[in-house]
Amino acid sequence: MPLKQPVYEDYEAHDGPRHPEPRQYVTIAVVLAVITAIEVSVYYVTSVKDLLVPMLIVMSVIKFMLVALWFMHLRFDSHVFRRFFLIGIVLALVVFSVVLVTLLTRAPLPAG
Amino acid sequence: MSASEQVITVGHEPPTATGLDNTKLAMWAFLGSECLFFGSLISTYLLYRNRVCAGCGPHPHQIYNIPYTSVSSFVLLMSSLTMVLALAAVQKGDQRAMRIWLLATAFLGMTFIGGQIFEFTDFYHRGLSLSASTFGSAFFVLTGFHGAHVTVGILMLLSLVAMSSLGRLGPQAARKVELIGLYWHFVDIVWIVIFTVVYLIPSK
Repeated sequence: MPLKQPVYEDYEAHDGPRHPEPRQYVTIAVVLAVITAIEVSVYYVTSVKDLLVPMLIVMSVIKFMLVALWFMHLRFDSHVFRRFFLIGIVLALVVFSVVLVTLLTRAPLPAG
Repeated sequence: MSASEQVITVGHEPPTATGLDNTKLAMWAFLGSECLFFGSLISTYLLYRNRVCAGCGPHPHQIYNIPYTSVSSFVLLMSSLTMVLALAAVQKGDQRAMRIWLLATAFLGMTFIGGQIFEFTDFYHRGLSLSASTFGSAFFVLTGFHGAHVTVGILMLLSLVAMSSLGRLGPQAARKVELIGLYWHFVDIVWIVIFTVVYLIPSK
């Protein structure tokens, strides 16, 4: 396999993908802070108790994606990095699913 | 060293099979494995969080202080902002601004850890310990490992500041800051999940 020169987007003056400007980072941080405030507010609102868990999960996923895509630059960097990270997330979700199946199908664990 | 000088030095990096920086690839592989690690700990917590026998200490809903943890979460989120601002500064060749932002990130990280130590101490005095119940074990192992990761991140940030101050960061300063930044942001997103799953989603 022929070797290639590594691409350093953040240094080189080429037309490739670039990282965001500080102003965009601040905007993302404000959005993250607002979502966190909504999360905590929703926690105390008794009228949405039935929807609480789905709402919290959706907001958590949005925050997760904002940090991964913008602060960790997955939106701008090579897709190879994204795949490495996704493999880990998928494996973690598999473990989580196994736990859920265990909870639903096996006898309850003794309190301890 | 100016940004243009850095370009010349970086251009002499050895070629790779993928055309990607191997150190960055290794960091992403490591973070992928960390997803599995924390996924396992979070799953274990979910499995055990309702397992508290009579007289074995408090239940989750009796002990969590949501406003307090919300402030800690906000502090850690903002540390991700200061981390990317440090990266933006070093990419422009401004190492002084980079050091200021890195110190701010380390300070916010230490604030988070200080809050966690206070929380652990408070929980211990209220009857929740590592051995009090399986809930206590799962909680302290999960949040304790996260805190250990934050602590390692703080040490790496302070090392970067020290190396930069001594002029030993070298021509790949931005690359090093970016790699440690990836680790720091990962610690942040793990806390995003922990905050929701452990603290906000109500237990039975």
